[in-house]
Amino acid sequence: MKEILEILQTDGRLTPGQIATMLNRDEAEVAATIKELEEKKIILGYFTLINWDKVRGERVSAIIEVKLAPQREVGFDAIAERIYRFPEVGSVRLMSGSYDLSVMINGHTLQEVAYFVSNKLATIENVISTCTHFVLKTYKYHSTVLDDAEEDRRLVVTP
Amino acid sequence: MTATTDWRRKLNPVVRDIPPSGIRRFFDLVSEMKGVISLGVGEPDFVTPWHIRESCVYSLEKGYTHYTSNHGLLELREEIVRDIEGNYKVIYNPLNEILITVGVSEALDLAMRALLCPGDEILIPEPSYVSYAPCAALSGARPVYLKTSVENGFQVTAEMVEKAITPATKVLLLCYPNNPTGATIGRGRLLEIMEVVKRYDLIVISDEIYDKLTYTGQHTCIPSLPDMRERTILLNGFSKSYAMTGWRVGYAAGNPDFIGAMKKIHQYTALCAPITGQFAALEALKNGRSQMNNMVAHYNRRRRLVLQAFEEMGLPCFEPGGAFYAFPDITGTGLSSEEFAGELLKEARVAVVPGNAFGEQGEGFVRCAYATSVEELSEAFQRMGRFVRRRLGRGKILTGSFGKPESVQEGICHTL
Repeated sequence: MKEILEILQTDGRLTPGQIATMLNRDEAEVAATIKELEEKKIILGYFTLINWDKVRGERVSAIIEVKLAPQREVGFDAIAERIYRFPEVGSVRLMSGSYDLSVMINGHTLQEVAYFVSNKLATIENVISTCTHFVLKTYKYHSTVLDDAEEDRRLVVTP
Repeated sequence: MTATTDWRRKLNPVVRDIPPSGIRRFFDLVSEMKGVISLGVGEPDFVTPWHIRESCVYSLEKGYTHYTSNHGLLELREEIVRDIEGNYKVIYNPLNEILITVGVSEALDLAMRALLCPGDEILIPEPSYVSYAPCAALSGARPVYLKTSVENGFQVTAEMVEKAITPATKVLLLCYPNNPTGATIGRGRLLEIMEVVKRYDLIVISDEIYDKLTYTGQHTCIPSLPDMRERTILLNGFSKSYAMTGWRVGYAAGNPDFIGAMKKIHQYTALCAPITGQFAALEALKNGRSQMNNMVAHYNRRRRLVLQAFEEMGLPCFEPGGAFYAFPDITGTGLSSEEFAGELLKEARVAVVPGNAFGEQGEGFVRCAYATSVEELSEAFQRMGRFVRRRLGRGKILTGSFGKPESVQEGICHTL
């Protein structure tokens, strides 16, 4: 199971048949395992990694440190839920250290992100403070170097 | 008027008469073409893991730019000794039984020069790596080929060795896992061969550069066999297992008298292996195991995809148990190895190496390296599939069975 996950993580387009061959297993068995992993929400989806910096049109991302006052019984979870329901929120993580939530926002313009933080995020009850860091450049994401991936520098035929 | 020198007359006839590498000619042809997917590369597609490169950079920053001892960095020799002991339970003394060389290539050359005299015979399996016979010839020795074939899993047998022995035979060279066939050899068969080796008092040079890239069963290190440590020169290096081909670091391990003899040549011809490469190799041995295992897992997955692809296109292919090569039988297409490789390149833009580049016994086969991304492999095999289907049936397939040879299973039984 772990091997299947590792393979799919590097290439989500591989078919159960190909994975079965790679692991010397039965195709039906691999297909069933993948289905089970999907049902258990271990596999959450299959996406394409895109370098948006290379696509025309502005795209702005920011990482926001959010400090919270935890609520009785639900702790941080209820507030996190209120935040992650916004579609412009790309990720929400509960952190150890000097702040509580790390929120990633994707927008089209600086103003859009600023508007979201000041009007939507900062005004949520129990949010004590926010600190916004705009992303200037992404070098590596999802274990993939965005710009200058190493090309094949081998000679074409060697003994 | 300038006098021209007739270099052919001046050259050492031994050097002059070494035929040019068949691979080189093919390389020139491939280099001129665009859009070629090459399965002809005999090295990992992975770049050396970053922690290894980074530690080399650090060694340069610290000013490690000098000669090392002729034997190589002691710390590296100690790590090598630990590695061999950990893997194969063979113990060497780092002070006088290990020599760090400029790749296994130098170690091979040194071992042959230290051992072979004009007139000596050395037994070399065929097909095998392109350097063995020329290196033997440079020592004035006569290479005698042990002709392995797909029927016996490209493995040398005790019978084959015994038949080839003459009073002039001094050395048996072994190279498993094998380039170009990917064949491995089981402990049982090796024990039989070693009985012959001991009976005729031969020395074994064992090139085990692909040892870590073993997928079926477990690799048997020749010096780990009974009484073989004393009569074996073990050659290994970092190129294949740690994706470090360009660093040129290898080593020889063996009896101190013999290592001392190799060192004599080494100190006068190479002095020492480059220190930067030695520092990188040290890092590879200390902290490189998990990334190496990861690379090996990738090769193994690709190996299975490649075997599947050959099965689908109808080319019989012996199941390689090691290295990263597949060696399919192409006689069914009615083409020779060179014709197949040439036409495949022109029509389908896929480069493979004709099997006869690795000796006569390789005729009828081509070597396909699967040290290439799954994406490229898939595209290459689609192209090759179309090419092969247009031609199948034109020749008679010589290979009887497809897939797992008995010998591979023997390997599994003996080692599991």
